[in-house]
Amino acid sequence: MPVLRIPTPLRAYTNGQSNINVAGANISEALTDLTAQYPTIKPHLFNEGGELRPFVNLFVGENNIKDLQGVSTPIKDEDKLVLIPSIAGG
Amino acid sequence: MLPELSRDEILRYSRHLLIPEVGLDGQRKLKNSSALIIGTGGLGSPVSLYLAAAGIGRIGLVDYDVVDSSNLQRQVIHGTSTIGKLKVESAKTKLLDLNPGIQIDVYNEPYTSENALRIAKDYDIILDGTDNFPTRYLTNDVAVFLGKPNVYASIYRFDGQVSVFYAKEGPCYRCLFPEPPPPGLVPSCAEGGVLGVLPGTIGTLQATEALKVLLGIGEPLIGKLLLYNALDMSFDFVKLKKNPNCRVCGPNADIKELIDYEEFCGVPSHDHEEGSAGAGHDITVTELAERVKTNHLKLLDVREPHELQISALPNAVNIPLGQLAARLSELDSADEMVIFCKSGSRSARGLELLASAGFKKVKNLKGGINAWAKEVDTNLPLY
Repeated sequence: MPVLRIPTPLRAYTNGQSNINVAGANISEALTDLTAQYPTIKPHLFNEGGELRPFVNLFVGENNIKDLQGVSTPIKDEDKLVLIPSIAGG
Repeated sequence: MLPELSRDEILRYSRHLLIPEVGLDGQRKLKNSSALIIGTGGLGSPVSLYLAAAGIGRIGLVDYDVVDSSNLQRQVIHGTSTIGKLKVESAKTKLLDLNPGIQIDVYNEPYTSENALRIAKDYDIILDGTDNFPTRYLTNDVAVFLGKPNVYASIYRFDGQVSVFYAKEGPCYRCLFPEPPPPGLVPSCAEGGVLGVLPGTIGTLQATEALKVLLGIGEPLIGKLLLYNALDMSFDFVKLKKNPNCRVCGPNADIKELIDYEEFCGVPSHDHEEGSAGAGHDITVTELAERVKTNHLKLLDVREPHELQISALPNAVNIPLGQLAARLSELDSADEMVIFCKSGSRSARGLELLASAGFKKVKNLKGGINAWAKEVDTNLPLY
């Protein structure tokens, strides 16, 4: 199953879990599985219309899904998905 | 014409001169170059120390804060003897002690849309070491408009990010983050904490990237983002591409001048002010101290459980902000309630959440438990 890496600021919504196995053949299905496992993370990733929020950057391996096929990007079992957070500390 | 090195400078920089990639000409380049560092805090400390030591001819420091005891766990350019002094002056003294042969220009003012272009225009490179989203977007846009590289780094708890945003050759900060996160989603280091050594690791990488760009050597992190996690000791890289729809550096950019960045981000451009829920929604610590004598008030503490070990108010119910939405059933909307956290920011967001769920009798403790520790119960520690 692909593994999704959760950034520190969002771990409050995944019971502190940093790596979560997500089932699905593409990004959309994987995120549906994620939000089924951890419902309170949903509003932080999706807007009211069900679209990924613009500040959410999701990478498959080293590529941004925005540069691939967005949420339709197919994924394989061995893929590593990374959510890149906006952080501002200095 | 690059400046010559004096006999003293040749000795001082001899370990650079021995590296073929730097050499005498590279060191002369550094002497001729200038770097503007936004923020003289966690990242600004190692960045300015190493750039000064490396012999960058002119370094600008922008910060309007004063040194506080709580800075010294990570801001190693300052010291106990400079607590209460201006950060830029504290840093300047240290840097000139390290390297008296360079010029340090200080800007003891907030970096804003009004002064940023004027301050930044004469520097070769900009280093973003600020602590908030408005100043990060401002720093990016200034770099794009002036055509300068923006060496970016940011930190949170155990996580760090580093990149070189240079719109002439690759993506800018807005290509990756077109919009800031909603206010309150991402805690600042003042709220969420940061491992003291983290800005040392990340700031040193940031200084390395700046030196590479100024010397024209190696492969700077243009079009790449480094993601570091101290707990896993992991360094991951992702590819960044120019966003064709970028509003500042894309082909159809519609932002042509600096904007109001606080409005854009919905948060103030500093991370340590006492939080407020706005007029009519706050209660001060002195008011609360009076009210608890006569009224029965429910106290709701929305800090994380480990913070309760530092300081706590008696009889307060603890529900961390992240769990509040899911645990509303534990609260009664008929109760008069005062919600608090460390300094009033998280509790202000908690109040919004409660208000939208129909809780109408809630007030936010302005300044949080820290204000209580300052003004009411001075036996409580500040943190």
